[in-house]
Amino acid sequence: MTNPINLAFKKAKEEKRPALVTYTVAGDSSKKQSLEILKSISNYADILELGVPHNTPVADGGQIQTSAYRAIKNGIKMNDIFKIARDFKKIKNSKPIIFMGYYNMIYQYGENKFIKNCKTSGVNGLIVVDLPWPENKFFSKKCKKNSINFIQLLSPTTSKKRLKSITKDSHDMIYYISMLSTTGGKLKVSPKRILNNYYKIKKISPKKNCVIGFGITEKTISSFKKADGLVVGSQICKEITRSLNNRQNPVINVSKMVNKLKKKIS
Amino acid sequence: MKLKKRIPVIDQGDKFGFWGGKFGGNFVPETLKKPIEDLESQFNKLKNDKKFIYERDKYFKNWIGVPTRFIKLNNLTTYIGGAQIWSKVVSDANGGAHKIYNATVHCLLAKRSGKKVIIGDTGAGYAGKMLSMAAKKFGLKCKIFMGAKDIERQQPNVRAMKKNGADVIPVYSGSQTLVDAVSECMRYWVANCDTTAMCVGSTVGPAIFVRICGWSTSQISRELKRQLLDEFGAIPKKLKLYNCVGGGSSSFGFWNEFMDYDKKQVEFIGVEAGGPSKSKKHAAPLTYGSKIGILHGAAQYVNQNSDGQIEETESISAGLDYPGISPLHCFLKDAKRARYTAASDEEALKAYQIVTKYENLRPSLEPSHAFSVAIKEAKKLSKDTIVVINSCGDAYKDKKILEKKLGKKYDKSN
Repeated sequence: MTNPINLAFKKAKEEKRPALVTYTVAGDSSKKQSLEILKSISNYADILELGVPHNTPVADGGQIQTSAYRAIKNGIKMNDIFKIARDFKKIKNSKPIIFMGYYNMIYQYGENKFIKNCKTSGVNGLIVVDLPWPENKFFSKKCKKNSINFIQLLSPTTSKKRLKSITKDSHDMIYYISMLSTTGGKLKVSPKRILNNYYKIKKISPKKNCVIGFGITEKTISSFKKADGLVVGSQICKEITRSLNNRQNPVINVSKMVNKLKKKIS
Repeated sequence: MKLKKRIPVIDQGDKFGFWGGKFGGNFVPETLKKPIEDLESQFNKLKNDKKFIYERDKYFKNWIGVPTRFIKLNNLTTYIGGAQIWSKVVSDANGGAHKIYNATVHCLLAKRSGKKVIIGDTGAGYAGKMLSMAAKKFGLKCKIFMGAKDIERQQPNVRAMKKNGADVIPVYSGSQTLVDAVSECMRYWVANCDTTAMCVGSTVGPAIFVRICGWSTSQISRELKRQLLDEFGAIPKKLKLYNCVGGGSSSFGFWNEFMDYDKKQVEFIGVEAGGPSKSKKHAAPLTYGSKIGILHGAAQYVNQNSDGQIEETESISAGLDYPGISPLHCFLKDAKRARYTAASDEEALKAYQIVTKYENLRPSLEPSHAFSVAIKEAKKLSKDTIVVINSCGDAYKDKKILEKKLGKKYDKSN
């Protein structure tokens, strides 16, 4: 059976566009609402990253921090996050789901139990921000054994030698961090330079699906149409915050935004 | 878990930076891998480089003003009537605390690697103050991240940082204390690591920062060893070294040169912040049996809930108000080389009052925690036991808290 993540990329390729990957925080602003958001945006997005909120995130900017703190304040727990994934997978048009978070949450839950619950909840992939290569070798192997995609991260500071080793150890999908920034930073590098780095990765590892993330917004997304996939996170989190502040329904507003993003790359 | 003899503890980690196979490491975003590797290779080369050591010692001597005093507290000894009580007055150092050693070394490293900006975190404000001083001395731009709550309660140090030309960036996220300042500082480094050097203010963070800080503060025990030999002709048969522990930089530096001695001869006692006696919150992960978790890039004992969210701490002393603890101290605890206990806010305040009543010494609220336990234990110890407390910070920064809690004006002169 082909991995649902690969299928999503294949489908986008057939439509001659990058796959749209969205990021929202589990439990933002409530358990129920974050599930509603997932259901609604999955009409337009190809792959859904679900952030596991953590209260000392060392790589997230203000927008995602705000979402994470809001979710934690509203009582989200690890088991609720699995339940959101499970409930989402019950709907008809469910899409691949990837958990993204920090290693302490996995460590406290227990690596094996975490992977097992990912499997039974229908989680297709994992991004662990602070478990870099080669420290992640052992854990990523465990994921692979259980058909869970461990998504390796690459950044502009990754040396060529390292790039080769990391892509060699990666599974079907890899994630290129576009620039030196936390999430939600303004694009401070030209799209051309980002794409040049992206092509370097593709040259070394042509078969892996590579997504670009960080600094991708409604404004910038159309400059990256040639990538295999594009991740939008902070702008969505910001839209949830804005909607809540204006007493509007985040589900509707976020869906509109994701629909627009999709149109820009179609 | 065992300590190796004749190898510096900072060099006892494995190739992934774990002490005892499980404390420390490098849990960092991919972007930081390279700057961390660069810093590692730079430090590994320079720490054995004679010219670099000469340079370090020159600044330590002429600028920091080492050695700091080692004095007997005669009145306190008489009042307590047990062991002999001595203090290593590290607050004599330029700037008023031990944070100057690490700050100086980081600026020397940054200078050599051609960085123009250095950033750092601070809790009590000493790490920030010293980094701003060192940055000014070495011509680097400086940014200090500090929790908004700490900015409020440690104003004298904030003023000093600004006077030295540093940008003080208030951190409003989470509990608005040291833990959030360190997170924000690391985030800034993630976004600017190509031009900017980072100094972590204690023996915490990714392994290389733990090592650099421990290497720098070890100046304290190098001096103390010489001073003990000068005073007693030999290392005393019964020596007890008391130090407060927040992140753990001053205590590690105070103990490092004595690691190889049997603990029956040289005992290490680390005193964590127990928080207000009526509160359940504390900053004492070693004393109260917190579980191992990941915080700021390192595995350590850390206050957290069952899900792995880091818990808020509470302590009267901003410098100890941190939910985690250096991997080095986790290692020393599990290897049973050091003993850890806690003092409450009230106990620290009481110790401050006793010390300032009997001696011409003003330990800040951080070392007052160590004084509290030392005073209690010294009563029961024999007269030939030598108790040394590291007075690693000066109380002037705590002026506002002391005036409020003790109900009288803080007088610098007495």
